[in-house]
Amino acid sequence: MTQNKKNIFAKLSGRQIFIPIAALLLLAVFNLILDPSFYKIALSVNSAGDPVLSGYLITILDYGSELAILAIGMTLVTAASGGQDISVGAAIAIGGSVILRVLCGTDSRPEVLKAPIIAAFLVSCVVCMLFGAFNGVLVAGFKIQPMVATLILFTAGRSIAAWINNNELPVISDQSFGYFGGFIPGIPIPTPFFIAVICMIVMALALKFTNLGLYTQAVGINAGSSRLNGLNPAFIKFLAFVILGLCVAVASLIKVSRISSINYSVIAKDIEMDAILAVALGGNSLSGGKFNMAASILGAYVIQFLTTTLYKFNVKSDALSAYKAIVVIALVVLSAPVVREKFSSLWKKMKLHTKEVG
Amino acid sequence: MALFNKSSAAQKQLQKKSISDTNLLLSITIIVFFVMYIGAIVFQGSGFLKAQTFFNILNANAALIIASCGLSIVMITGSIDISVGGVTALVSMCCAVYLDYQGGNVFVSLLIALAIGLGYGLVQGLLIAYLDIQPFIVSLAGMFFARGMTTIVHTNPFNVENKAFVALKETRVIIPGLGSVNKIGKYVDAYVEIGVIVALLIVVILFLVLKWTKLGRSFYAVGGNRQSALMLGINVKRTRFLAHLFCGVLAGIGGYVYFLHVGSGAASHASGMEMNAIASAIIGGTLLTGGVGNIIGTLFGVLSLSTIQNIVSSAGLDQAWWTGITIAAMLCLFLVIQSIVMARKNRSS
Repeated sequence: MTQNKKNIFAKLSGRQIFIPIAALLLLAVFNLILDPSFYKIALSVNSAGDPVLSGYLITILDYGSELAILAIGMTLVTAASGGQDISVGAAIAIGGSVILRVLCGTDSRPEVLKAPIIAAFLVSCVVCMLFGAFNGVLVAGFKIQPMVATLILFTAGRSIAAWINNNELPVISDQSFGYFGGFIPGIPIPTPFFIAVICMIVMALALKFTNLGLYTQAVGINAGSSRLNGLNPAFIKFLAFVILGLCVAVASLIKVSRISSINYSVIAKDIEMDAILAVALGGNSLSGGKFNMAASILGAYVIQFLTTTLYKFNVKSDALSAYKAIVVIALVVLSAPVVREKFSSLWKKMKLHTKEVG
Repeated sequence: MALFNKSSAAQKQLQKKSISDTNLLLSITIIVFFVMYIGAIVFQGSGFLKAQTFFNILNANAALIIASCGLSIVMITGSIDISVGGVTALVSMCCAVYLDYQGGNVFVSLLIALAIGLGYGLVQGLLIAYLDIQPFIVSLAGMFFARGMTTIVHTNPFNVENKAFVALKETRVIIPGLGSVNKIGKYVDAYVEIGVIVALLIVVILFLVLKWTKLGRSFYAVGGNRQSALMLGINVKRTRFLAHLFCGVLAGIGGYVYFLHVGSGAASHASGMEMNAIASAIIGGTLLTGGVGNIIGTLFGVLSLSTIQNIVSSAGLDQAWWTGITIAAMLCLFLVIQSIVMARKNRSS
C-alpha cells in the first residue's frame, strides 16, 4: 500500500505540471489557515445594476487572465529563443495607446466613439505584431540576445505610447468599451476570463493541428541541428515574437478597457516580471527547448493568486516586486542543474542509509 | 542619418587596416562622440563651447560612468547585470533615511552604500557563477528586489538636511583657467563635483587593471571563450564571480555618488539607469557576447549618450519621451553595427 502511494507521488512529481499545482496548493492551504474568508464568493450588484460575482477568487480569475494570455506568447518565445521578452509591459502601453487613439481620434473626451471597437482592436493587433516583428528581427536576424534586444523597446515603449496620444490621457465614456475588462450585462463572470479561454482554445488548436509546437521545441533545443533537418530557425524565432505581439494586443485591450483610459507609466507595470515568473513556475526551462503550455497558464494564475494574497495582507503595490523577486530567485535556484544534482545525490545517499539501517 | 554614414565610412576605412575588434569599436565611439559634440557646437550655438557645459555633463553623469564601468567588466566576461539602477535607488534611499532619521555621520553612510553594493555583488555572483543561473534572470530579480525594497524602506521622496552631508555635497573642485564670463560680466570659475574625481579615478584604475593585471586579462579570456579559458588554467567560476562582485561594489559606489549629486532619497531615482549603463557600454564598444571591450570606450559611451540627451533637450524637444526614444534608437543602431562587425569577422575567419 505504501509502495503504491509512493509510486503515485513519484509519478506526479515527475510531471512538469506538478510544480504549479504544488505551488497553488501551498498558497491555498496558507490562505485557508490564516483566513478562510479568502474563499468567500458573493453575488452582488455592481454600479451598472447588473448581478456580478465578487470575492478574492474572482479577482484572481479576472486579473490573472491577461497574465495567462501573455504567458502563452512568452512560453513560445522562451522555448524558441532561449530568452525572454522584457518589453511586454511597454508594448501593452503602446497597444492600449493605439486603441484609444483610434477610438478617440484627436478629441481626448469623445462623446461618441470615432471608430468601432473591433477596428481599433485590429489596428492595435497590427501595431503590436509590428513591434513584435521588430524584436523578432533583432533576435532572429541580427542574433542579439533576446533580453538585450527587447531592452530597446522596454525603454522606448512607454515613451512611444505617450507620443502616439500626444501625451494626453483620453477617457472613453462609452459603456460598451468597459465590457472587455469588466462584465457583460447579465453574465456574472468577468469577461477577461472568457477572452483568456478563447486564446487558450486557439493556441491549443494551433498546437494540435500544426507543427508549431514541435518546430519551436526543435529550434529551442538545438537551432543548428533543426536547420540541418530543413527547418528555418530564424523564421520560427521571428514567428514566436509575432505571436507574442498578438497576445500583447489582446492583453492591452483588456487593460485599457478596465479603466476606460490609460496611464502610460503605470499601465501593465512590472508585468514582464510576472509573465517570466509564470513561465518559470510552469516548470519550463528558461534557456529554451521543451515547453508545457498548460503548466505556464496555470503558473500565471498561481502568480495572480500570490499577488492577491500579498495585497490582502496590505502589501503596497510598489513593494510587491521585492517579494516576487524572492520567489523568482528561490525558483531558479531550486531548478538550477547544479542544485538539482546535489539534491539527487543527497537523496540517493539517504536512501542507501535507510536501507542499511533497515 | 549623417552620423550613421560617417561612422560606417570610418568603420570601412579602419577595417582595411585590419585592426583588432577592441580598437575598431573604440575608434568608432570616439569619432561618434567628437562628431556629435562638434555638431552640437555648430547647430546649437556657443553654449556647448563653454567648458562648464562639458563639466556639467560630467557632474550629472559621474554615477552613470561608475556604474557603466562595473557593467563593462561584467559584459567583458560575457555576462550581464541590469540591477545597477535599482541598487543606486536603494543605496540613495538607505543613506538618506540613515542620515536624516538617525543623524549619523557621512562616513558610516558611505559604508552602508559599500555594504549594499558588496551584498549585491556577492549574492548575484554566487548565483550566476557557482549555480550557473542565467545572469539576466538573476539581475532582473535583483532589480525588482531593489526597487521594492526602496519603497519598503521609505515611501515618499525627501531631501537630506544633514549638515555634514550637505557640506560634502556642496564641495566643488575648481578647475583653473577654464572659467567663463557670465552675463553680468563677472568671471565664474569652472568646477566639477567630487563624484567626477571619483569616477575618473575609477576609470583609470580599472583601465590599468584590465590592461595589465592577470585578473584583468582573465576577464577577457573568460568572455572570449569559456572553454579555452578553462583549458588555459583560469578558474572560470571564480573569475565570473569576481566580475559580478566588482560590478556590485561599483554599483554601490555609483549609488553613493548619485546620492551625493541629488542629495535626496526617492523610489523613482535612477529609473532607467540600467538601460543607460548598458547602452553606454555597448556604444563604448563592449561586445554583448563578451571578450571585447574597453573602459575608456565606456567613458566615451557615457559622454556620447549624455551629449545627445543635451542636444535633444536644448533643441526644444524636452518632453520626457524624446530622451527615451533617442537612447533606444542609438542603442539599436550600435547593436546592429556590432552584429554586422561580428558577422564579418566570423565570415573572414
